[in-house]
Amino acid sequence: MNYTVGIDLGSTTTKAVVLGEDGAVLGRGITNSRSNYDVACQVALSEALINTRFSLIAGEFRALARDPSRAPAQIAALARRFRAEQYRSQLRVLDEELHRFLARLLTRPPGAASVVDRILGRMSAEVDDLYADGARRRSDFFRDLAGSRYLALAEEEARATGIGFDLLAGLFDKAILDVENSSEAAGHFDQHAAVALGGLPDADPTLAAAVARVASMPLTQVGSVGTGYGRARLPFPEGHIRSEILCHGLGAHAMYPGTRTVLDIGGQDTKAIQVDEDGIVTSFQMNDRCAAGCGRYLGYIADEMSLGLHELGPIASQSSAPVRINSTCTVFAGAELRERLSLGEKREDILAGLHRAIVLRAMSLLARSGGVKDEFTFTGGVARNEAAVSALCALVEENYGARTVNISEDSIYTGALGAALFALRAASRESHSSIDAPEEPS
Amino acid sequence: MSPAPTTPTPAQKDSSQVRQKEMIARHFDRLADAPGTGARSAYTFVPGNLTELLLSFDVLPVLPEINALQSAMRGKTAEYIAMAEKLGHSEDVCTYVKSDVGMMKSGNVGPTGQRLPSPDLLLLSYTGCFTFMKWFELLREEYHCPVAMLHVPYQADGRITDAMRAYVVEQLRTEVIPKLEAITGRAYDEDRLKALLAQSARAEDDLVWVLQSARHVPSPIDAYFGAVYYVGPIFSAFRGTEDAVHYYRELREEIEERIRLGKGPVTPDGEMDRERFRVVVEGPPNWTSFRQFWKMFADEGAVAVASTYSKVGGVYDLGFRHDPDHPLETLAEYCLGCYTNLNLPTRIDLLTRYLSEYLADGFLINSVKSCNSFSAGQLHILREVEARSGRPGGFIESDLVDPRYFSAANIKNRLESYFQMLDQKRLGAAS
Amino acid sequence: MTPDQQRSALVQRADAIFRDQSLAAVGEWKARTGGLAVGFLPIYVPRELLHAQGVLPVGLMGGRPDLEIIKGDAYYQSYICHLPRSTIELGLNGSYDALDGIVFPAICDVIRNLSGMWQMLFPRVLVHYLDVPQNFDPAIGGAFYRRDLEGLAEALAARGARRLTDDNLRQSIALYNEDRRLVRELYALRRREPWKVPTAELYVVLRAGLLLPVEESTPLFAEYLALAAADASRRPQDQARVLVAGSFCEQPPLGLIKTLERAGCYIVDDDFVQVHRFLRSDIPTDGDPLQRLVEAFLTDAVASPTRYIGDGVKGADLERRLAESGAEGVLFCAPSFCDPALLDQPMAARAAERAGIPWTAFKYAENSAQFQVIREQAGTFADSIKLWSGA
Repeated sequence: MNYTVGIDLGSTTTKAVVLGEDGAVLGRGITNSRSNYDVACQVALSEALINTRFSLIAGEFRALARDPSRAPAQIAALARRFRAEQYRSQLRVLDEELHRFLARLLTRPPGAASVVDRILGRMSAEVDDLYADGARRRSDFFRDLAGSRYLALAEEEARATGIGFDLLAGLFDKAILDVENSSEAAGHFDQHAAVALGGLPDADPTLAAAVARVASMPLTQVGSVGTGYGRARLPFPEGHIRSEILCHGLGAHAMYPGTRTVLDIGGQDTKAIQVDEDGIVTSFQMNDRCAAGCGRYLGYIADEMSLGLHELGPIASQSSAPVRINSTCTVFAGAELRERLSLGEKREDILAGLHRAIVLRAMSLLARSGGVKDEFTFTGGVARNEAAVSALCALVEENYGARTVNISEDSIYTGALGAALFALRAASRESHSSIDAPEEPS
Repeated sequence: MSPAPTTPTPAQKDSSQVRQKEMIARHFDRLADAPGTGARSAYTFVPGNLTELLLSFDVLPVLPEINALQSAMRGKTAEYIAMAEKLGHSEDVCTYVKSDVGMMKSGNVGPTGQRLPSPDLLLLSYTGCFTFMKWFELLREEYHCPVAMLHVPYQADGRITDAMRAYVVEQLRTEVIPKLEAITGRAYDEDRLKALLAQSARAEDDLVWVLQSARHVPSPIDAYFGAVYYVGPIFSAFRGTEDAVHYYRELREEIEERIRLGKGPVTPDGEMDRERFRVVVEGPPNWTSFRQFWKMFADEGAVAVASTYSKVGGVYDLGFRHDPDHPLETLAEYCLGCYTNLNLPTRIDLLTRYLSEYLADGFLINSVKSCNSFSAGQLHILREVEARSGRPGGFIESDLVDPRYFSAANIKNRLESYFQMLDQKRLGAAS
Repeated sequence: MTPDQQRSALVQRADAIFRDQSLAAVGEWKARTGGLAVGFLPIYVPRELLHAQGVLPVGLMGGRPDLEIIKGDAYYQSYICHLPRSTIELGLNGSYDALDGIVFPAICDVIRNLSGMWQMLFPRVLVHYLDVPQNFDPAIGGAFYRRDLEGLAEALAARGARRLTDDNLRQSIALYNEDRRLVRELYALRRREPWKVPTAELYVVLRAGLLLPVEESTPLFAEYLALAAADASRRPQDQARVLVAGSFCEQPPLGLIKTLERAGCYIVDDDFVQVHRFLRSDIPTDGDPLQRLVEAFLTDAVASPTRYIGDGVKGADLERRLAESGAEGVLFCAPSFCDPALLDQPMAARAAERAGIPWTAFKYAENSAQFQVIREQAGTFADSIKLWSGA
């Protein structure tokens, strides 16, 4: 079948969204951007295509299933098993890479290899639980899922064996890059699908038929649009590039057709966008050359406090008395933080103040772009941060009155979705030259 | 405002350009020879410049703002600014001033590579910019020469009152003219001034015609980047000269020909084939990456059809002309009417008017860090002009002559987003 | 109460007035008198003229550090000073609703442009741009300024203020002469015995004076002067005497002033809340009072960086102030992005050097909250002065 794809090459992550010919979202893929943009695009696209086949299976199966009421549960079970297989596949690559980097160390503490084996062994043993029905996963990112588990186990092992935690953590930091930068690490669709099916002996036999049909289906790219930070260096043909402003506007409109104002706080920039009833951008504002007030600022803070980025929001949310932070200058953030901590101010209160300070910068961009109209859609990495969201919602209500605030689970894909929609529109108009797709799974 | 002779001009050389180059070269020759010939020079500013009055005394004008921008085009300002900052000038302040201080400290070599004479007079025409006063206070400490302060009141309520006019005229009579008489040893010659003013008005008529030619679709000129070259002579040392009259007549004829042939403006890459966007621009250009900046517009098929920067040396398109029958009054009126001396509501009216009169798709504000006179309030201007015109505005930030404040990727990103937005709107409107 | 307690009660009273950014005291005054209240931005307006028409002049100096800027930032790029942001914030959040107008003196391009923004944002209030002359010839700059003041008086009358009369203006001049005289006394006392007049205290009293009618600010100043002078409990300490220059518009946060004092500096002269000292001596109460007001501006004003120093010598005024105050060092303490202060600074620094006085420089914003670096810098500077003078 024919598809179009939009790829949003962000400063932190690269996202791909695949659309069918009717404009329905078939698949999404995400990976860390890293330094190699081409690889990032390929990994994201290959993820999205796997994801696409999965949604196609779901569609086929709904039509074929003997008992359609049971179909969603079976698809979900298949998906979990499939994801578990992908995860295992990535774990295997991680394992290899960890050992490879370990072997390269000049001084290897005795027993380190077996510690790594034990950690990876325990992680492999936990995969089924991780993807069990009803299990909660804190992220869909291999880096996050595997990373938090690896580090926790590494801490245990370090305590038990005396092998330095820093060494184990350092190994992970190196190895994970190669896992992320490989379009092969997550494995191939048909392998995983076969294993996943095998794990569901009681499944409706038509499920296997659906999987087989989709696996043999050729996926043909008929349109592609790229967007994102530093677009000048995007690995897309000219004419297939759209401004991320337009893509975000259209993507937000597609997710929430009532959207009139979009705020995107990404790693390196913040955008306030106004769109009309067709998702066409009518005005926009971006932050000035200073990175203060962007997601990256939170990254510095997290580093400064030796916390994970995802931990900042939950901690800040515990604050009952946020401190007033007047400067969002990234350069001074560390010094200010240390001084406040040394004055005895609470970590959560400082963090809450920092989140508010960032949101205030966004408020001024929103005001410059024309205010906050109903409905208001918040996207970008920072939209996943609960402390930022609650500060934003409060300030929006205070300054503009009650607004419907949309935050999608998939908000990170907003730009890629808009890009894919542009690709779809263009596909009917122009001749197509494709983004290099990775080897089609056969 | 005028291009450095060493700076590559657009690919095609029209005869008006050749003439302008020659005019500038002759002027800088005269300045370089001044120590030998005994010619007097006065340093002064573009807004509120009193060129006819200076020329009536045979005093040669030197425009430090233009030296600064030409230094930027020649890639000298990073070094000049660093030098000034080393001398204690804050990184926060106007980079024209710092570039000028650095140039002075480096031997005062002007855009043609010739040394500029030290001023015999600093004519502080204090029009539309507070920094001018500090600038010449700084220069006075170096040159120890007389300063003539001409305080030009601000059009805070959007109009020129009799009291303002009288105040400026009195200062011309009692401050500026006596100081010119003192440095030249000559008496004020009103007849000569009148003759020069009559020539100014003729050149101004043709300049206005040239700027308004951008009302044609497609526009035969770029009224921002291109206009920088067009306003050069009249904003600097040549207003009131016969040279300027000839230059503007010739330019006008060339543009009449372009219109007849249906040609678009000349850009750094030659003639623009297809005009895709018509925009009005507010704010001065960036000079360190002038051509790169211009190309970002030209590559998208964007033509500036009107700009406020081309009015800093006089807003002639609103009807003002130098009037030889009232020489001092007309100079006062001229100073009072310069663009940066207009209040914000008037600037907003003007931009809104340009958008409709020049059939523009939208407007762009280039907000420069150096210039608070332009920049303070530009976000308010953005908001108001959008609301009144219903046309979208774009906002970019850079600086006049500090290369550290021109982030090409950043600006290109915003410009592309802006032009794509215009495109999409048009598609949306068409569907 | 002991004199010390009395003084601290007075300072607390002043602090409460200064802290109230919503200008409640102004609202109360209006309710009580039915008069107009007109704000003015730094540095100087002839308050006598407003007072003579029954108008309460209200000194506006931006926002305190605890003011959260939500709307104001939408109007300004990052490279513009902080004061106009907080001024717009306070305007838009209703804090200035009690004001019937604002006078914007011609001191810089930012304040100048703000006057036009105010016309659009608040079309119902009086916006007067006070275009003070840079020509100091009474017949030229003076005539222009006089016409400007007459225009202001007419505009106020058109809004219901009483007409300006010579008698009223003379009385007002006399009242403000006394008000300014007390401030001069306070500064003189601080020069003589800086330990008795901590600047962090004096500053709060002067800021409160901006918001009170002169009939109340004068007694406040007089009372503070008497209490401070009588206080024998405060003893001299080994501190360096410094002149703080450059803070004439956007004001440093109180925390910064305290930081300087704690770092070992006695501030013996400064530019804070300069309207109280913009004129150096009394305005004569005889003759044509409006002309007296004009002449005072032309001939008796401090050499602010916003003012052209005609044929005089740049920095001569600073040298005079250094000599009069006995300052041993200069702290150039300017708001970030303040054109008049920062462009003036190299010339002022040269004047200090001519006078053989060491200097150091730093910048702030009215909402700066961290003073660690400044504390270090001022402390080192003060120490070096003390070592040098002890050597």
